Amino acid sequence: MTNEEIRSFIDNAIRENRVMLFMKGTPHQPACGFSARASGALNALGVQYAALDILPDPRIRQELSAVSGWPTIPQLFVDGELVGGSDIVMEMFESGELAELVGAEQPEAPEVEEQQPQKRPLGLENRLG
Amino acid sequence: MPTANDLKERIEQALPGARVEVEDLTGGGDHFRAEVVSERFSGLSRIQQHKLIYDVFGGEVGGPIHALSIKTSTPGDGR
Repeated sequence: MTNEEIRSFIDNAIRENRVMLFMKGTPHQPACGFSARASGALNALGVQYAALDILPDPRIRQELSAVSGWPTIPQLFVDGELVGGSDIVMEMFESGELAELVGAEQPEAPEVEEQQPQKRPLGLENRLG
Repeated sequence: MPTANDLKERIEQALPGARVEVEDLTGGGDHFRAEVVSERFSGLSRIQQHKLIYDVFGGEVGGPIHALSIKTSTPGDGR
């Protein structure tokens, strides 16, 4: 897979998924605390979202940061726009802004817990060969 | 290896007058948390506020600085 193909996969993922999370690991098995918090917030809201693990190839992160201008992972996009990394996602989760943005119900006590994700993650692995 | 104080000074230089606190979360010089209060943030979205801080360190964030957790506010926020 060329860098251009990775870039276009990322562009499509952002365009085609209303709520798109780029993370380390998967919602089922996050590989970093920051990614766990961001996906945990979305799980707690019960929102449908797509997730892409950036770890299988370093070029995914490289191309993603080139697209977004944002240096760290995770990165959450809603309606094609970068919302932010884990700090912003958590702030917005706790304030109820995130629920409003994705059209979900704000939990009474917003806490990130073990919640099952609503959708299988996107896979890029099998296309990298 | 950057120290919390290095980061603090660089943010203060980039945003004169800002109140900056930086904590080294692991003691390992690679995971930091920065709280920045600055007038420069007023009228900016959170994304733009955080980008101002990331821009101070350019390619170092995600490189030698593995993680930089950021909390921004303006003096008017009263936090």
